[in-house]
Amino acid sequence: MSSPQQQVLREIIPPSSGIPEANRLSPAYKLNAKDIDFYYGSFQALHGISIDIAANKITAFIGPSGCGKSTFLRTMNRMNEALRNTRVKGHLRLDGQDLLSMDVTDVRRRIGMVFQKSNPFPKTIFDNVAYGLRVNGIRKKAIIEEAVQRSLTHAALWSEVKDNLHKPASALSGGQQQRLCIARALAVEPEVLLLDEPCSALDPIATLKIEELLFQLKEMTTIVIVTHNMQQAARLADYTGFFLLGRLIEFDDTRKIFQNPSKKETEDYVTGRFG
Amino acid sequence: MMMEISRGRRIVNVVMLSLSGVCTLLVVGVLFFILGYLFLHGIKSLNWAFFTQLPKPSGEIGGGMANAIVGSGKVLLLATLIGVPVGFLAGVFLAEYSGKTFAFMVRYTVDLLNGVPSIVVGIVAYALVVRPMKHFSALAGGVALGIMMIPIAVRTTEEFLRAVPNSLREGAMALGATKAKTIFTVVVPAAISGLASGMMLNLARVAGETAPLLFTALGNMFWSRGWLQPIATLPVMIYNYAIAPEEDLHQQAWAAGFVLLTLVLVINITARMIIARGPASSRR
Repeated sequence: MSSPQQQVLREIIPPSSGIPEANRLSPAYKLNAKDIDFYYGSFQALHGISIDIAANKITAFIGPSGCGKSTFLRTMNRMNEALRNTRVKGHLRLDGQDLLSMDVTDVRRRIGMVFQKSNPFPKTIFDNVAYGLRVNGIRKKAIIEEAVQRSLTHAALWSEVKDNLHKPASALSGGQQQRLCIARALAVEPEVLLLDEPCSALDPIATLKIEELLFQLKEMTTIVIVTHNMQQAARLADYTGFFLLGRLIEFDDTRKIFQNPSKKETEDYVTGRFG
Repeated sequence: MMMEISRGRRIVNVVMLSLSGVCTLLVVGVLFFILGYLFLHGIKSLNWAFFTQLPKPSGEIGGGMANAIVGSGKVLLLATLIGVPVGFLAGVFLAEYSGKTFAFMVRYTVDLLNGVPSIVVGIVAYALVVRPMKHFSALAGGVALGIMMIPIAVRTTEEFLRAVPNSLREGAMALGATKAKTIFTVVVPAAISGLASGMMLNLARVAGETAPLLFTALGNMFWSRGWLQPIATLPVMIYNYAIAPEEDLHQQAWAAGFVLLTLVLVINITARMIIARGPASSRR
C-alpha cells in the first residue's frame, strides 16, 4: 500500500505533525492510479500500475520503447479512448474524484497534453493558442487575448512571436512549434500537464529551453513527462518511475532512481546495461 | 556477335523511345486539337450576341445561347446544392465515425453508384421528379446531376479527411474538444483546399453531362421561368443544334462546345491551383 514516495513524504511531513491535511505544504497528491490494467484488443499493455503523482512536481517516466509509459500517460487524460478496441481497468483519481467516470472533455480540459511530435493546427499562432478556450465556450475577445498573451509568455514564446500572432503556426521552427503546443495546452489552465517525449524531435538548444520552461511551470501545474532521455529525467524530475514490459518496476525520488535504485532491472537500465 | 546484339538492342530502344514519345505528344495534342477545332468552327458564332441573346426562331440566322449559359449555371448550382452536402457529410461519416466493415460496404456501394450510366441516373430523376410533377424542370436536371456528383463527393471527402494526420485530432481532443468540434474546427479546415478543389473537379465532370438532362431539364428556347420549368442547358443545346439541318446552328453548336470546354478547363485549372497552394501546414 505505501509506495516509496509515500515513505519519503512521511519523512518530510510526519502523519502526526498536527497540520490539517489541506494546509500542508506540498507535495500533496494530484493524481492517484490504482491497479491500472490496459488492453489493446487482447494484448495487455499495462499490468496493475499503481502510482501517486505529487502536485506541483515533475514526475518522469522512463523505460525502453514499448514498455507502456506512453500508454499509461495517455490513460491519465483518457486519450486512449479515442482508439478503437481498447479497455482500461482499475481506479484513477483526480483530486480524489473518479477520473474514469467524469465527463471526458472535462478531464482533458483539466489535464492537458503535449505530444511527441509538435502538432500545431493549420491556423494562425493566435488561433492555435485560443483554440482550447474557444471550444470550451469562451467567446469574449478581451479574455481570449489576455489568455493568449499569458500562455505564450509562460511558454517563453511571446517575445519571439508577438509581432506575428496572425501568421500561420507552420511558419515557426520545430522548437517554437513545440513551445506553441505547450502554450496552447496552458491556455485552458490545466491542473496537470502530460508531456509525451516532448523533446525527442528537437535539437539540444530547443530542448534546453523547454526544460527550463517546465521547471518554471511546475509552480502552476503538476507535470508528468515521458522521456527516452535519462539525463533529461535526471535533470528535470522530482520523481521518476521506471517502466518495463507494461509494469511499473520502481518509482521513487529521482536521485534515488539514478544513484541507488532498489531493483536490479532499474539499475541495469539506468546504467545503460540494456534498453 | 556481341556487337550485333547490342546494335539490335539500341535500335529497339530508339524505336520504343520514339513510339512512346509520339504517343505522349498525341495525348497532349488531343486536347489542343479539340480546343482549336471547336474554336475554328465556332468562331463565326462566337460574338457578343452568342452570350447575350436568345436563340432565334427556326430559319432565322444569328441569335445566341444566353438562356442556355444561365440555364447550365442554374442546373449546376442545384446539382452542387444536392450532391455536395450529401456526399460531404457521408464522407465525414466514413472517414471519422464508421467501423471498418460498414465503411467497406458503403465505399463499395458508392463506387457502384459511380459506375451507373448517366442515362440511367437520368431515368431515375425522371421517375422521381418529372413524373410526379408532370413536367420537365431545372429541378429535375439538378437532381439528376446532383445524384451523379454524390459518389465523387463522398470519396474525395473521405480521402482528404483521412490524409489529415491523426496528431491534429488528438491535439484538439486533448484540449477538451468533442469529436464533432474536432472534425469541424480542425480536421475539415486542415483539408479544406483539397475538399474545395475536389468538389470543383466533381462539378466540372458533370458540367458536360447531356444524357440525364435530355428528359429532365429538357431544353427551352426562351428564358426559363423559375426552377420548376424546362430549362435550356449548354450540352443539350449542343445536341439539338448539332442534329438540326441548318449550317448556322451547327456553327453555334461548335461555339457552345468551345464555351463549355473552356468553362470546364477553367474550373479544372482553378481547382488544381487551389490544391497546389493549399494551407501552409497541410503541406507537411
